[in-house]
Amino acid sequence: MAGTATIGSTRRSVSLLERLENSRLGLGLLFLLPAAVLLLVFLTYPLGLGVWLGFTDERIGRPGIYIGLENYGFLWHDSVFWLSVFNTVLYTTVASVLKFGLGLWLALLLNERLPFKAFFRAIVLLPWVVPTVLSAIAFWWIYDAQFSILSYVLQKIGLITGPINFLGDPTNARASVIAANVWRGIPFVAITLLAGLQTISPSLYEAATLDGATSWQRFRFVTFPLLTPIIAIVMTFSVLFTFTDFQLIYVLTRGGPVNATHLMATLSFQRGISGGNLGEGAAIAVAMIPFLLAAILFSYFGLQRRRWQQGGRD
Amino acid sequence: MADVTTTTAARAGDEGGMNYLERLPRRVVTVYLPLAIFVFVLLFPFYWMAITTFKPNEELTDYKNYSPFWVVNPTLAHIRYLLFETSYPGWLLNTVIISVAATFLSLLASVFAAYAIERLRFKGSRGVGLAIFLAYLVPPSILFIPLAVMVFKLGLYDTRFALILTYPTFLIPFCTWLLMGYFRSIPYELEECALIDGATRWQILTRIVLPLAVPGLISAGIFAFTLSWNEFIYALTFIQSSENKTVPVGVLTELVRSDVYEWGALMAGALLGSLPVVILYSFFVEHYVSSMTGAVKE
Repeated sequence: MAGTATIGSTRRSVSLLERLENSRLGLGLLFLLPAAVLLLVFLTYPLGLGVWLGFTDERIGRPGIYIGLENYGFLWHDSVFWLSVFNTVLYTTVASVLKFGLGLWLALLLNERLPFKAFFRAIVLLPWVVPTVLSAIAFWWIYDAQFSILSYVLQKIGLITGPINFLGDPTNARASVIAANVWRGIPFVAITLLAGLQTISPSLYEAATLDGATSWQRFRFVTFPLLTPIIAIVMTFSVLFTFTDFQLIYVLTRGGPVNATHLMATLSFQRGISGGNLGEGAAIAVAMIPFLLAAILFSYFGLQRRRWQQGGRD
Repeated sequence: MADVTTTTAARAGDEGGMNYLERLPRRVVTVYLPLAIFVFVLLFPFYWMAITTFKPNEELTDYKNYSPFWVVNPTLAHIRYLLFETSYPGWLLNTVIISVAATFLSLLASVFAAYAIERLRFKGSRGVGLAIFLAYLVPPSILFIPLAVMVFKLGLYDTRFALILTYPTFLIPFCTWLLMGYFRSIPYELEECALIDGATRWQILTRIVLPLAVPGLISAGIFAFTLSWNEFIYALTFIQSSENKTVPVGVLTELVRSDVYEWGALMAGALLGSLPVVILYSFFVEHYVSSMTGAVKE
């Protein structure tokens, strides 16, 4: 926000419109004004306010006072908080690895010569287009304890005898929410990686084949290195969104059973909004920032040679 | 858009490539079968959503006498219940109003911001570009509590304005970022010619840059609209009364009552709530894909 901080010095007071027209700085800042105001008021300020709230005991309907690190001290000895940290890391790791593996596989499949390729690409993206909450409600019904269609099919085939308690058992619940998250995340990974695959020249594969490369070697030494920059960006985003996920858990389990699926975001909502303890909720949200910073730094330094983040070209 | 079409054109020229080396039976196992499984798994929840919507209640949980995969006596009862006995139409209207307003506001702000960063190249524009990128990485999950406090203090709690004003926090960074890429693809020469002919910056933006960036505007608009339609955590936190809720929040908080889940109505709500974005998406698939991949592609 370094650049936007100088917004106060915007030379809007200059009465001559022409001088403004000719001043790139003045005009630039004027053009930036709407976006800057919205972002500063509703993004930068709340970010700071959130950090401040984490140091207060503010509750809904009662302004708080500064209590130092008390919230963090409390969380440090709170086993539910640590469980939620563990869950978040587990959820993010497993889901991201699966999304990456399956997404890359799907991208490679869609990159083959196929009939109705555009159609396939379009329908594959559907899980990502449909509102998460609404597809999560469908998963809720699919995971129903009594009438789950999955249990029905598995019973028909004879693999299990009774219905599976998808969301009632800690291990099952974790696996179920991860599966739903992976289901929703695969299309994003697959379609963006597909875009990367399509920029790889086929002549490279032909050259590799002439040199006697097997299909695995073609993937390992041609596809993968050329795809790495895009993989890094896609996975940074994927990790970021998985780590801060809220909707899916809120719909499917609300953090249960016995907090086994509570993520930091859902715990923050439960303590901060449902429980009314805004200060503590904010503290939990702030505790997510170090993890997010790590992901962003990875994206920034890992991709230093692609300077698109700064709006420049390669 | 430009680079998407060129890559597809380039690929069309290479169509086939080395594929003749592979025989059909092998392709069935390595390509068609896995692809079929992927498509089946990715689409099944939608099928299940749709089939449940049209099932009468007695078929819904009776797996002994009816096959769960098909519906014998399709009914519109769930949809009728949803439209006439709940606030669902109101939620739909709210979602449309909020999404359109937030998208419009964000696009307006983003066009100016992207043009300023990408083309005016004033001192510090690179820093601003980086700041916009970083803003995109700030997730709603860490903003909703302080925003709730702000929204309450501003007197916006439980109004549509609370959402219209907060959605741009994730829409503007995205749209600006996307539009910067589109503006970059417009040749400088066009602007220079216009400048020599005495056009003002405003005229250049409205008469030259914007008409050329229409595909980018559509992409950003569609994507922003979908993102606002899908938004949940702000809508859940800032809205309390039933008549102001959006579809995702309304379906989850109002249709789920006690322990008896009315799956038919729930699935109908999910289906109807998904249809608008799916229809929009089906018309603009290319724009949608290009805006999604535009984020990661040079």
